[in-house]
Amino acid sequence: MSRKSKKVVCHISLKDGVLDPQGVTIRNALAQLGFDDVVEVRSGKVFELTFKPEATDDVRAKSEDICRRVLANPVIETFAVEES
Amino acid sequence: MKFGVVTFPGSNCDYDSYMVVKDQLGKDVEFIWHKESDVSGFDCIILPGGFSYGDYLRTGAIARYSLVMGSVIDYANNGGLVIGICNGLQILLESGLLPGAMLRNRSLQFICKHVYLRCENNETPFSNRLGVGDVLRIPIAHTDGNYYWYRADVQELERNRQVVFRYCTPTGEVTDEANPNGSTNNIAGICNKARNVFGMMPHPERASEALLGSADGLAIFQSIVAFAASGVTA
Repeated sequence: MSRKSKKVVCHISLKDGVLDPQGVTIRNALAQLGFDDVVEVRSGKVFELTFKPEATDDVRAKSEDICRRVLANPVIETFAVEES
Repeated sequence: MKFGVVTFPGSNCDYDSYMVVKDQLGKDVEFIWHKESDVSGFDCIILPGGFSYGDYLRTGAIARYSLVMGSVIDYANNGGLVIGICNGLQILLESGLLPGAMLRNRSLQFICKHVYLRCENNETPFSNRLGVGDVLRIPIAHTDGNYYWYRADVQELERNRQVVFRYCTPTGEVTDEANPNGSTNNIAGICNKARNVFGMMPHPERASEALLGSADGLAIFQSIVAFAASGVTA
């Protein structure tokens, strides 16, 4: 079996209720372009983490820890991790 | 009394802060490089404005994990005086030394202009030379200065009198029009419960001598000196 590096995708989004001025601006631009059935845009960030092939199977727990401590600000953001 | 000014890669108000302490206050001051882990021997630490580590990820998010910040957090938790200005406040929020978070300005614009601030609490080491209701004219220069904190927690912040400055009109009225960035309750500067950690988005170091167009910010630095001279601990 070949040892492949492990990838984890971390999705960071603003919590519900937190104002997203970028999302509002994009929504307004979409309306101007005729996409007026889009009622809301929420912006976020995506990070792809590549672990060493020998990384143990706790990459999910590690990734969540990384999100909690660094990639997301828990005051305003939530995160979801996805192993690929 | 000796001040320390932390320099992160990307700090750009470290010299301004240094010169206020040296030239306007006549006090000792030293730069503290971000790779330093010893911050003992200082009576007040200034986290200056700028764009630490390029403000990648979020403002202050990377600086918060720098070597020096580990020591600054210990220093603050032991009662040491820490003032964060602009990016310095953003770093204090990220490190959890002050509550809340910064969002993008509601206009999405970088805003660089003089604003007016109303002093809300003069019983802190950073505002004791002011009176409640005093209005200061001080510049802001930021993109992410929209202070955010949960409604219930803001109420607690208000009850604890941790709001030190609010954006206001030239006559001291706190209105939405006077709020440059959308900050909750027009908050421009806050302190922790213990009063020894303080942060503000406006730049008092850029308004500390008449030559710069305003000397209103000097009172904040003079307050720190007065507090230290009083020998009381926060």
